[in-house]
Amino acid sequence: MSDTLALVVFVAIFALAAFLIVLPRFVRNREAKRATAATRAPAPPRPVAPPRPVAPPRPTSETGAPPAPVGEAPVEEAPAEEVPAEPVRLRDRIGKTRASFAGLLGALRRGGKIDDESWDELEEALLLADVGMTTTEAVVEGVKARAAATGADAEALPALLRDEITERLECTATDRSLHHALDGPTVWLMVGVNGVGKTTTSAKLAKRELADGRRVLLAAADTFRAAAADQLAMWADRLGCAVVRGQDGGDPGAVVFDAMDAAIARDTDLVIVDTAGRLHTKVNLMNELEKLKRIIERRPGALQEVLLVLDASTGQNGLVQAREFAGAVDITGVVLTKLDGTAKGGVVLAIEDEFGVPVKLVGLGEGADDLIPFDPAEFAAALVE
Amino acid sequence: MFDSLSDRFDGIFTRLRGRGKLTEKDIDEVAREIRLALLEADVNVRVVKSFVGRIKERANGAEVAKSLSPAQQVIKIVHEELVTTLGGAAGKLTMNSRPPTVILLAGLQGSGKTTAAAKLARFLERDGKRVLLVGADLQRPAAVEQLRVLGERVGVPVASIGTDPVAVARAGIEEAQRLGRNVVIVDTAGRLQIDTELMDELRAIRDAVDPDDSLLVVDAMTGQEAVNVAEAFAETIDLTGIVLTKLDGDARGGAALSVKEVTGRPIMFAGVGEKLEDFEPFYPDRMASRILGMGDVLTLIEKAEAAFDADQAAVATEKLRTGDFTLQDFLEQMRQMRKMGPLQNLVAMLPGVPKELRNADVDERELGRIEAIICSMTAEERQRPSIIDGSRRIRIAQGSGTSTQDVNALLKQFKQVSQMMKQFSKVNKKGKRRMTGLPPGLDPGLLGGAGGPGGRPTG
Repeated sequence: MSDTLALVVFVAIFALAAFLIVLPRFVRNREAKRATAATRAPAPPRPVAPPRPVAPPRPTSETGAPPAPVGEAPVEEAPAEEVPAEPVRLRDRIGKTRASFAGLLGALRRGGKIDDESWDELEEALLLADVGMTTTEAVVEGVKARAAATGADAEALPALLRDEITERLECTATDRSLHHALDGPTVWLMVGVNGVGKTTTSAKLAKRELADGRRVLLAAADTFRAAAADQLAMWADRLGCAVVRGQDGGDPGAVVFDAMDAAIARDTDLVIVDTAGRLHTKVNLMNELEKLKRIIERRPGALQEVLLVLDASTGQNGLVQAREFAGAVDITGVVLTKLDGTAKGGVVLAIEDEFGVPVKLVGLGEGADDLIPFDPAEFAAALVE
Repeated sequence: MFDSLSDRFDGIFTRLRGRGKLTEKDIDEVAREIRLALLEADVNVRVVKSFVGRIKERANGAEVAKSLSPAQQVIKIVHEELVTTLGGAAGKLTMNSRPPTVILLAGLQGSGKTTAAAKLARFLERDGKRVLLVGADLQRPAAVEQLRVLGERVGVPVASIGTDPVAVARAGIEEAQRLGRNVVIVDTAGRLQIDTELMDELRAIRDAVDPDDSLLVVDAMTGQEAVNVAEAFAETIDLTGIVLTKLDGDARGGAALSVKEVTGRPIMFAGVGEKLEDFEPFYPDRMASRILGMGDVLTLIEKAEAAFDADQAAVATEKLRTGDFTLQDFLEQMRQMRKMGPLQNLVAMLPGVPKELRNADVDERELGRIEAIICSMTAEERQRPSIIDGSRRIRIAQGSGTSTQDVNALLKQFKQVSQMMKQFSKVNKKGKRRMTGLPPGLDPGLLGGAGGPGGRPTG
């Protein structure tokens, strides 16, 4: 035992020593990095009274709509053609699980005066939805202000809560559309931790874009997970779109490089790059991701979206994920997957609050059609009801 | 982003210092901080409620032990309660006396079932079992293919015969009997706990294979939802245990507590990395420390024993103490240390390291650069850095692909730190001082004040 103790004491001292020797260098490098980041991306100011996002136009005919011209049309217009009843779907899916939550806010529904207990219940409801302490407190404050202004009773609290959440989300982001390059192939890069659904989401996105008449290429840059490329290839086969893949365990950079070449040679409109899941704590894997991004950026203007895929059941670690992935590859949006369960995905409220990164899409299952645009009002209603 | 519980307590307890006993009001205040810390660690709201209730009961009127400050006392109570809650009944797999033993894995999509299946297979094979993996996930494209590849890597056969999951599972058992394998691990498709159709299917699989163990695979990053998931799966297939995955990230893993509390089933295994050997039995006290954001000495000990040569380390310690520690020693020890994993993780395991240090962003490449610099020195230079003059510096910088400033910085920092360490190890040798704080010789300005309360008592 004393041997072990001595060893550990040594290792501890040594680790600290090594750490202290290297630390000044980290600090220097980080500061340099931060300085460049600061000049590059100033935090977007919150608009005071943003306009509500315009509802996507819904053509009445299913087949008559011509394919949207590339470069002009944001994706907003696309989904309506295929899934006319979209807004209902989130509610339908989530409706299955209403009961548990209704019980929570049930006391509020009983009506009567708003007391401390009402606020506690409200807080608990938000915490149970993974909204997190900081944002929960801010939201509750917001609802308090609303309640004070209107003199509402407890019965009105759920509605006030919904309005508060909707407005917060609408404030952070007015543009939740997916962007396309004006000229040449567009690239969307999918990133995230392990098991959140990047490959499935890539396939679902491909299906939507194919339905819009775009030529889509899937790039299987997940060369790490066994059979990940097979999984994507099977999707590509089902959807009838092209796929570029490398060797298992090979260099994902090479896959991206080949995909870019192939996209240009085959006159492809959109390349969706599926990457390996990586925990944001793994420095070398995050560096690899930065490298993939640099390879795509060799063609200026091609990289239009870097989408962080986030599992709706993720807790407060989602915030850390957003921060780290934003730091490494400047994510442009979040895709919230697996929202068809009872998980509320409330952490995205905190993410939008803290980093201003908009949620752009919501995944509702394993089918190829289960991907819909994110709608703040819908989401808020689902969170509250 | 998240303050650990010890950090949170610092403020409150500076006021309480010197008091012999905690009043009820103090405890209320402390309880609120505990609640916040647990919520930030993603422990379920309702679980937090009952947990904090138990803490308050225990803390109420508890005499503050002489050796501990009130803060340490409360943390000790919380830590003990966490360990009790997380641990409890020992988590051992049941081995059927009439083989094959059947282990069923279930969970949400993306929780890591397939990887866990392969890791568990490897773990059991090393324990002398002969395992067969059964791929009953016919839902996700290429899931069986993934299992096949992983099975090949760990040298375990994979069976997936049939077109519906129940038949595949049943055929798997027969296959195991035919091949003479004594453990069967059935990997199932990911499913949402509210999907009645798939949950019925899971129950049918369970009935078909009659597992000795049914394990729920849970992602350590799961939030409040963990409770709903655990409840539903426990109800459907009578769970016997939990596998917690992706613990190598920085999630606090409060889901572990929620799941344990709700199901009452032990957490048996933890997935701790991308590689197939990154799989270990679950240690409740380590998890408790993690949820509270405290150091993790036990893991450190284990890693150190695996990576370091004890004799060499003893020599190096002696050198540190006498101040004879050279750059050559540093290089050798650093190489061994890097086998233990990223430096940042190691430092995070040390108790009492201030959060400024713990949260510092560490790029492992810097260590590589330092190695390069030392490697570009001659043997004599490594022994006596004082002989390094201007032209030697330039040569070293060029040889290592760095700048002379880098070389200077390294030399200066090495000198300073080895001075500090000399003092620290002296104290340690003499007083058998517990590792509960920072080495007294460390520059407080550099570290931002004294360390937090210590981890567990050693020994």
